[in-house]
Amino acid sequence: MAGVLTGDTESRPTAVELARRNPAALWNRYGLPLAVFVMLMALWEGLIRYLEVPGYLVPPPSAIVRALWSGLTSGLYLTHSAVTATEALMGFLIGSLLGLFIGMLVVVFPTAERIVYPYVVALQTVPKVAIAPLMVVWFGFGLTSKVLVVALVSLFPVLVNVIAGLRAIDQDRLDLLGALSASRWQVFRYLRFPNALPFIFAGLNTAIVFAVIGAIVGEFVGANRGLGFLILQANYQLDIAGAFSLFVVLSIMGVTLHAGLRWLQRRCVFWMASDDPLGGGH
Amino acid sequence: MTMSGRPSASEPAAALSVDNVSMIFARGDKPVHALDRVSLNVRDREFIAIVGPSGCGKSTLLKLVTGLRAPSTGRLFVYGRQVTKPRGDVGIVFQNPVLLPWRTIIENVVLPIDVLGLDGVLGRERARDLLDLVGLEGFENAYPNELSGGMQQRAAIARALVYDAPLLLMDEPFGALDAMTREQMNLELQRIWSANAKTVVFITHSIPEAVFLADRIVVMSARPGRVLEILDNPIPRLRSLDNMLEPEFGRRVREIRHLLGGHVATGEGHGGRADW
Repeated sequence: MAGVLTGDTESRPTAVELARRNPAALWNRYGLPLAVFVMLMALWEGLIRYLEVPGYLVPPPSAIVRALWSGLTSGLYLTHSAVTATEALMGFLIGSLLGLFIGMLVVVFPTAERIVYPYVVALQTVPKVAIAPLMVVWFGFGLTSKVLVVALVSLFPVLVNVIAGLRAIDQDRLDLLGALSASRWQVFRYLRFPNALPFIFAGLNTAIVFAVIGAIVGEFVGANRGLGFLILQANYQLDIAGAFSLFVVLSIMGVTLHAGLRWLQRRCVFWMASDDPLGGGH
Repeated sequence: MTMSGRPSASEPAAALSVDNVSMIFARGDKPVHALDRVSLNVRDREFIAIVGPSGCGKSTLLKLVTGLRAPSTGRLFVYGRQVTKPRGDVGIVFQNPVLLPWRTIIENVVLPIDVLGLDGVLGRERARDLLDLVGLEGFENAYPNELSGGMQQRAAIARALVYDAPLLLMDEPFGALDAMTREQMNLELQRIWSANAKTVVFITHSIPEAVFLADRIVVMSARPGRVLEILDNPIPRLRSLDNMLEPEFGRRVREIRHLLGGHVATGEGHGGRADW
């Protein structure tokens, strides 16, 4: 599939180009959101101080920044972030590869659909959060149980989209290859798979968000490491500023993973303009 | 790198022979009679146009010729060999270019070479020549979405020619283009056809387009599709757009229009251009 992975995407103008050509647009794109953010934070801080809200209920932004700073400089957050990121990424990889594989199987061999699909749907109707404790019982407090929870959570969005993508084929394109007496494998290779890539990435984008959630849920249920574990600890100690600072770390992780996936998507699905509801942009 | 089924000169087989073909679909529980006892012979290197109202089964007929569908009754032969399944010996141009957006233009043009397992190096060479022929030199490495509709359709024509199939099927190939591009493409197609010595079956519902391009014109009726008449069209080659303004041209257009029901009035000498 080398041909799919090459080629350049047409990108939006960079910040520097934009600044040169149109300073007002630069302000609209970066300056304005930043200003609004700063104002919100100031408002938050001011309200908390003015109303004298106790820190164990809602912490002021300054306390969150302090907690974040100490967590980062002590190395504590990085160590635990690495654990959660590993769980999320490994589970995501396993889950999406499985989803990809089952999806292809189901589309290429229709009998496989009747055999496999009912189990998949049955599995999907069980909330994965309900399976998480069982995973801990079976696989312990370590990495494995979390990876499995994440894999289960990531599998379904990928699977559904793979199936949809492999099937969503223009009849003319099928006829084009059909008239050339293309084999089933050739139709798959030249048409179905590249055609499914935008769908697959839509599934992966959902799955990566689910993956982080899955890892945190797994850690809530039973763990001695990871961001989910730290959040629980902070809650038990009524260290709400600490919990908030962990939310910040968590969302940075989520955004990073999502951005990495968008980067990959722009390279693999270069022929389609990207439309990112979560504002992947640049 | 010919893989054509074109026989040696001693064999007088028709390029395409449609023998009493009928086609009935089941749509819901109602049978739809798409083609009714259609017979047609196309000579080697002939340019045939098929005109008829929408839903007269023109496109169905093409699908039968490619072997993508089987007729309900009757038989089809391409260069003497009965069509039973797709064999990759006919080139097809659809109404839409049907280019794969993840392949560059040259990769799209060589797609049939890849699928048919022909020599890739020769195929690329030939693809490059054909892109020159259709006026796309310099666009080899562009992606389809960077090209206009007319340019995309040129690429599709190059793709249909690349594996050197002797029979070229065109299903309203210029129907989606604007009038000016369409005239240009008609001229180009005439030039490409005379440079390549292909047999062409060209489906259109523009009567002037058929008269401009074809050696013979097959006029079909509305559903069930029947051959109403096969008309010779001896306007000498190469034809120019000026030919379309001549009374001779207008007379032929009008004749076909009358065959099709004759209720569309047209001014003398305009060749029914309003239809475009």
